[in-house]
Parts: sequence; C-alpha cells; structure tokens
Amino acid sequence: MSIETISLSGRKKQVSNKEMTFLERLYLVAIVKGLFITLKHLFSRKVTIQYPEQVRTMSPVYRGQHMLKRDEQGRENCTACGLCALSCPAEAITMKAAERKPNEKHLYREEKYAEIYEINMLRCIFCGLCEEACPKDAIYLTTSKVLVPSSYEREDFIFGKDKLVMPLEMAIKNTQLKNAN
Amino acid sequence: MDSTIIIEKSVIILVVFAITMVMAMYSTLAERKIAAWLQDRIGPNRAGKGGILQPLADGLKLFSKEEFEPNTPNKFLFYVGPAVAMSTALMTSAVIPWGDKFHLFGRDIILQAADIDVALLYFFGVVSVGVYGIIIGGWASNNKFSLMSAVRATSQMVSYEIAMGLSIIALLMMTGTLSLREISLQQQGMHWNVFYQPLSFLIFLICAFAESNRTPFDLAECESELIGGYHTEYSSMKMGFYLFAEYANMFISSTILAVLFFGGYNYPGMSWAVENWGVNLANLIGIGVLFAKICFFIFFYMWVRWTIPRFRYDQLMNLGWRILIPLSILNIMITGIVILRHEIIAFLGF
Repeated sequence: MSIETISLSGRKKQVSNKEMTFLERLYLVAIVKGLFITLKHLFSRKVTIQYPEQVRTMSPVYRGQHMLKRDEQGRENCTACGLCALSCPAEAITMKAAERKPNEKHLYREEKYAEIYEINMLRCIFCGLCEEACPKDAIYLTTSKVLVPSSYEREDFIFGKDKLVMPLEMAIKNTQLKNAN
Repeated sequence: MDSTIIIEKSVIILVVFAITMVMAMYSTLAERKIAAWLQDRIGPNRAGKGGILQPLADGLKLFSKEEFEPNTPNKFLFYVGPAVAMSTALMTSAVIPWGDKFHLFGRDIILQAADIDVALLYFFGVVSVGVYGIIIGGWASNNKFSLMSAVRATSQMVSYEIAMGLSIIALLMMTGTLSLREISLQQQGMHWNVFYQPLSFLIFLICAFAESNRTPFDLAECESELIGGYHTEYSSMKMGFYLFAEYANMFISSTILAVLFFGGYNYPGMSWAVENWGVNLANLIGIGVLFAKICFFIFFYMWVRWTIPRFRYDQLMNLGWRILIPLSILNIMITGIVILRHEIIAFLGF
C-alpha cells in the first residue's frame, strides 16, 4: 500500500473532478436529498437545556468555591502556615498570621491562626492545589454550584474570612451528624 | 344587486383579511420554531404556552420602538414604501376561492371576495406592483446598501416574472380560463393540475420562491453583504410592515400554488360528501383541506430556507433567463402539441 491510498482516519475520500451528468447538473436530486436530511433533524432529539429550570449536570470532580473548615468543636483548622499561598499557581491567596490569646482557645485549634485570609477570586483558577497542599485539612474546594457573583468593583472579588470560613451552624450540624452515625 | 350581497361580500372580505393577518403573524412564529427544530433547538417558548403569544410580543416590541428616519430628501416615498408593500400583499387574497359555496338562509354564498374572470391576470398585476414597495423603500432610504438591494430585487423579480407567466400559460392552455374559481372546479375528483403539468408546477414553484424573496433567492436582504437590504434604514412598525408583507406574500403564493396545482379546496370524495353530508359541511371540510395545503407550502418555504444556501447573483440570473424561460417555452410547445394531437394527426394524413 502506498501512502496515497492509505487512510488512517478511515475518512479519506478521493476528490473527483469528473463532468457532471445532466441529472446532476439539474441539482434537483441533490436538493431533494438535502431536504430529507433536514427533515430528519426536525424529529431528532433537541439538545437545548432550559436553563433556569434545568441545570446541566456537573462533573463528579467539579471544584466550586473555597471554604475554610472548622473542626468538630467549631474551631478553625487553619494555622496560617502559608503552604496554600505557596502552592497557588495563580498567586491568588494571601494571609497574615497571628498568635492565639489564652481566651481564644475555643476559636482556633492551634496556637497560630490566620488573622487575615484572602483569596482573589479574579485570579483563582479553581485548580485545587491549595486543597492538596494544606496539611491541616483547613481549605477545601466545595461542590457548591454558587458562582462568584459579578460586580463593578475589583475589591468585591477579594474574598476575606467573612466569606470563606465555614458558618458555625454548618459546623454544629456536621458534628451532630457525625455523633449520630 | 340587493343589499344582502354587499353584507355577504363585506363579511367575506373581513374574514379573509383577518385570516391573512393571523396567518402572516403566526408564520413568523412558525418560521422561528421550524428553524429551531431543523437545527435541533427548541425555539421561542417563553411567551405563552409553547411560545404561542410570541408574535404578539414581537408586534408590541416593534410598536414601542423608536421611530428613526434617515436624513432623506424623499420623506414621502420613505413612508409610501412599506404601505405599498403591505397593501399589495393583502390585495391578492381578493380573488382566491376559499371554498365552493355555502347554502345559508336559502341562498348560495360563494366563498370568494370577487369572482372576476381575469383573476390570474389580476394576481400577476398586483404581485408585480409589489416590487415597487421594495424599490421605493430602497431608493428613499438614501443608503447605498438599500439601493443595491432595491436594484437586485427589481431585476430578480422582473426576470422571474417572465418565467412565472410563461409557466402559467401552459396551464391556461389546458384549463382554458383565467378565473381561479373555474380552475378550482375543473380539478374536482383528483384531477389536480400538478399531475398534468408537473414541469409547469416546478417552474412556478421556483419562481414563487424568487418572487417572495425567500431563500435561496433572498439576495435582496443578504445580511453579509447588504446589512438588512432594502429595510436597513427602517425601524419600528415601518420595518414591521416590510417583514409582515413578506410573510403575507408567502401565504398568498402558497395559496396560489394550492389553488392552481393542488386542487384548491377539492379533496377525494368531496362530491360524495356533498350528497351525503350536505353542501355546508362538505365545504367546511374543503376550507380545512385548502388551509392544510397552504400550511404545507408555508412549511415547505421554511424547510427549503434551512436546506439550500443562497445563490450567487449570476447563478440566479443564469437560472432565470437561460434555464427557466426556455424550459417554460418548451413546456408550452409540448402542451400545444398534446392538445392539438388529433388535428396534427389529421393534418399529416395518417
């Protein structure tokens, strides 16, 4: 077999420039054929997804917005070690560490905690490397389908601890569920 | 002439006018729906159940839009253009026989606004005046794209009118009348003209596409070259009138196709139905059958639109002048020979 005749994809077609016959030059046969092709599409399944009512199913490995977790006693896991910021390829994460006071033992799990923890949502690419890097199980990318809301101000896209830390009620509920099981 | 005939005709005219309007309105929805279905989409379905109120929403939108005018010296012509397009589109429906007759209040009511014996000539006359709507609009817009479009539309319509008229002559030689009512009556009992004049039908169909400026002959409004064509400078309801006139034209040419070639209101077993079920019921079914045929042709227009790409302009002219006109002349000759076959045989002395 020579290289001219072989077809790796199986779709190779030899182009022919032969004279068209009278019937072909009328185009009527071709038009009727075309009409039947479009007619088939009239009855085919429609691919539209009716958005507000129907939602496209997400991939099982979908990564949504971040969350800073609390443990069973409701204390924040994060110790502001900075590994997430280091691993972030988009350089979206910044933080400032602080030392825990004796009367804050119920708020933070270890002696050091993140006083400020910010993710720039305009820079974040939702790769999940922060989640992989975290040694304290503190940051997670949730499966939440809520997208980052649009805004006219760049400042609105810098999410601080008020938006990132897991709500206390959720932590309580999680603990209750764990105890029940 | 008594006063009842005036009332009778007025009612028919009003009903026909209303039906034409509603059909044109819902053709816009049908166009969008069929376009969507042929492209595996769903189409407009938010206004009303399944999008049934979409034409009303479109109309409301057009009415509430800003009326914008170009700085043109021909203000008067600018207003006349859409009016001509619209009124000629509505005038043709006067001669269509929608059914044979009703027998009501002890009298026969002929289901036709005007049974004139030159109905077909009238139809051709009004359709050729319809070109002026486009020419005037394109000229008065003071825009080179509109003018280009008007020039294209004019030469296209003038060329295809010749082939259209010639293709009908073969039919007229067979039927021997110009009255659409007579032609409908002759086709009773499945003697549809399409079986006797298939070539004439084909030529007429192609020309009807060209006359109503539909794809594959919509060169007058091809977006890629001429923006919107002759209605580029129009806005609000004047634009709406042009669009509406196009759909009304489509409805009328579908009707003419159904009446001339597909038996009009006739259906198999109509004479049996007249005998057994009475004139009124039989003709009511007849009207339904005619509208089914019309709807099929309107669907066919849309079906073709999403199948065949637009012609190039020289291809269009080539098809019109060098293929369709000789073909229709050939058709006339063949028809003449078939009609005069006995005389020819006698003349040759066999």
